[in-house]
Amino acid sequence: MKLKGSQILLECLKKEKVKAVFGYPGGSVLDIYHALFEHSIKHVLVRHEQAAVHAADGYARATGEVGVCLVTSGPGATNTVTGIATAYMDSIPLVILTGQVPTALIGNDAFQEADIVGITRPCTKHNYLVKNIAELPRVMREAFYIARSGRPGPVLIDLPKDIINQTAEFSYPEEVSIRSYRPTVKGNPRQIQRALDEFMKAAKPVIYAGGGVVLSNASAELHALARRLSIPVTTTLMGLGCFPGTDPLCLGMLGMHGTYRANMAVTHCDLLIAIGARFDDRVTGDLRSFAPEAKIIHFDIDPTSISKNIKVDIPVVGDCREILKDCLAAIGKKKVAPRDRKSWLGEIAKWKAGHTMAYKQGKAIKPQFVVEKIYELTRGDCIVSTEVGQNQMWAAQYFQFDRPRRWLTSGGLGTMGYGFPAALGAQVAFPGATVVDIAGDGSIQMNIQELATVVQYNLPVKIAILNNRCLGMVRQWQQLFYGKRYSHSTFEHHPDFVKLAEAYGAVGLRATRPDEVEPVIRKALAVKKPVIIDFVVEQEECVYPMVPAGAPISNMMLL
Amino acid sequence: MRHTISVLVDNKPGVLARIAGLFSGRGFNIESLSVNETLDPTMSQMTIVTRGDDRVLEQINKQLNKLIDVIKVIDYEKGDENHIERELALIKVAVTDKCRAEVLSIIEIFRCKVIDVGKAHYTVEVTGDENKLNAIIELLRPLGIREIVRSGRVTLQREARVP
Repeated sequence: MKLKGSQILLECLKKEKVKAVFGYPGGSVLDIYHALFEHSIKHVLVRHEQAAVHAADGYARATGEVGVCLVTSGPGATNTVTGIATAYMDSIPLVILTGQVPTALIGNDAFQEADIVGITRPCTKHNYLVKNIAELPRVMREAFYIARSGRPGPVLIDLPKDIINQTAEFSYPEEVSIRSYRPTVKGNPRQIQRALDEFMKAAKPVIYAGGGVVLSNASAELHALARRLSIPVTTTLMGLGCFPGTDPLCLGMLGMHGTYRANMAVTHCDLLIAIGARFDDRVTGDLRSFAPEAKIIHFDIDPTSISKNIKVDIPVVGDCREILKDCLAAIGKKKVAPRDRKSWLGEIAKWKAGHTMAYKQGKAIKPQFVVEKIYELTRGDCIVSTEVGQNQMWAAQYFQFDRPRRWLTSGGLGTMGYGFPAALGAQVAFPGATVVDIAGDGSIQMNIQELATVVQYNLPVKIAILNNRCLGMVRQWQQLFYGKRYSHSTFEHHPDFVKLAEAYGAVGLRATRPDEVEPVIRKALAVKKPVIIDFVVEQEECVYPMVPAGAPISNMMLL
Repeated sequence: MRHTISVLVDNKPGVLARIAGLFSGRGFNIESLSVNETLDPTMSQMTIVTRGDDRVLEQINKQLNKLIDVIKVIDYEKGDENHIERELALIKVAVTDKCRAEVLSIIEIFRCKVIDVGKAHYTVEVTGDENKLNAIIELLRPLGIREIVRSGRVTLQREARVP
C-alpha cells in the first residue's frame, strides 16, 4: 500500500501503540497535522514546546510506555531541548518528532531552520535525520526500540518537509536488529553468585536503590529480596516508590537532603548494594567518605555507570529486574538463612529515633505541613509531580511513596518548570487519578501557560504552590553559605495566583493560616477541575537535614 | 597513560561528530585521529590516540561502546605487542647545494621517499611509528624544515602468535 510520508508516520505510531502525542504545529509539520486531523491518535495541544516534552515525559514515567511529542522545525525544535535533556538525565523513554526544512534548503539558513540533530546529539540517546522516505518505517521502529530498551532515553527524529510529502510503500518492520546496539539484559551468573556470597557474609548491608528499579519494573523483586534477607533499603530521589516508603526496612532517601538514618547507615555499612543507581554527587557528597567501610556491589544496565565515580567491587551488568529475579531464584533453591540482623537493624532504629523529621508549626503555614496534609488527605493514593528546589525536597521527604511510577520529578537535570506539564502528561494517561504538582512560586511560572491546556482538555491537575515569595533553595544557600546576602532570590512582585487561575478558567484557592490548609486541600480534591492552591508559607523555612555540597554525607546539618 | 583506541563504526553521516562530541563533552582529549572506510563500505575504522589514567580510559572505552553507531572498540596500551601502529608525515625540507647530499642520505637511512622536488625544497614522505617520525624530524630540523603535515595514527591487530 502506497502512503504519504505523513501517513506513514502516523501508521508507525499506531503500530507502536502510541495513545497520545503532545505537540504544537508549525510550518514544517503542517502536512503531518493535516494527516492527524482525521486520525484516531489523541493529540494534546500544549502551549509551549518545552511543555510538550515534559508532558510526554510525565506520561512515560507514569505509564512505563514511550512518550511521544511532535513539534515544528527551528524554534519549535530548539524549545524542546530542555525537555529532552531532562529526560536524558533521568533515562526516560521518549520519541521526539521534529519538523525540518526541505532537504534542499538544509544548511541554507532557511526560515525556521535549526540543526536540531546537531544540537541534541549530546542530550539524546540517539537521533536521526530522515533523508529518504523508504527509511522512515525502519527509523521509527529503531527509535522506539532504542528509546525503551537498555538504559532508556530520548530519541529524536528530524523530518524534512519534502520527505514527509513523498509517497512510498508502507510496511512496518517486524524485527529490529541494530548490529552495534545489543544491550546486556541477563546478568553474568558468576558475578551474581559472587554478589550473593557477599549478601550472606555481610553483617551490616544496605541496599541503595535508584531510578533503574522503577524503569525496569523491579519493585516486587527488590521488595522480595530485601524482605528475604532483611536488608534495609535507602532510595535515591529517582528511586522513591520503588520500595514501599512505609516498610519497616525503608530508610528513606539518602544524600544531601536524605534522612539521618539513611546517611548514617550508608556511612557505617559493610556492604552497599547499589541497584539501578549511579552514585550522583547529590547522593555521595565527598566520594572518599562515602560508604568507606563497605564492599560495593552494583547492578546496572549501563556499563558506563559502573565505577564512574566510585570503584565497584562486584559489578553486575544487566536489567535490574532480571538480575534480582536470578538472585531470588538462587537463594530460593539453597534455603540459606541470612545472618542475624538484629544488632544492625537496632543500630538503625536508634538513628531513626534520634533524629525525626519533625518541624515546629508556628503562626505561618509550614511548607512541610502542606505536603504532609496532601499525603494524609489523598491517603497517598495520587501521582505527585514536583518542580525543582525546596518544594521538590519537601515533597520527597514528607510524602511516603508505596508504589513506583507515582513520583515525577526532574532528578538529574533539576529542571524548574518540569512538574506542571509532567502532571498534565500523567493526567492524560490516567484521567481518573488524582495528580498533584507540588510547586514553588518561582518554578510554576516557568510553564504556567499550560493552565490553558489543562482547562481546554479538562485535566483536573491540582497545583499546590508552596509560595514563599522567593527562590527558596537559592535563598537557603545564600543564607547558609553566602552570608545572608539574598542576591536576586526574592520576588518583589507576583501575580495573584488565584485570579490567574480564574483568568485561565481554572479554580484558584488560597490558604494563609495553618488551619486553612486542610479545608482548602479538601476543596481542591473535591472539584473535578484544574486547581491552583496558593499556600502562603513561611518564607525563611529551610530544607533539613542538609549536607553541604562536597562534604561527607555523615556531616549533616539537622533541624 | 597514552592509549591507541581502534573504533569500528557505522559509515554514516554524523558519526564523527558523535565521537568528537563525546570526547569534548566529557573532558577527554583526542591527540590524533584518523578515519576511513573499511573493506565493508558500510563501516568505517577510526583510530584515536588519547591519554588518561585507568579510570578515564575505562570511561572512554565504555562511553564509546555506548554510542549506538559504534560496533567495536579495541583499546591498545602504549607498548602493547598485539598491534602495529603507523603514522605518515610529509616534510618539506629546504635544500641547498651544500646539504642536498646530507638530506638524501638521511632519507635513505630512514627508507623514505622524496615525492616532490623543487629548486629549493624536497618534499619527503615518511611512514613509521611515532618514534621513527620524531627521529627523522629531529635530524632534518637543523637543515631547515619549512612545513610538516602528519596524519593521524592507524593501527591493526597482529595475527595471534603460534606458541
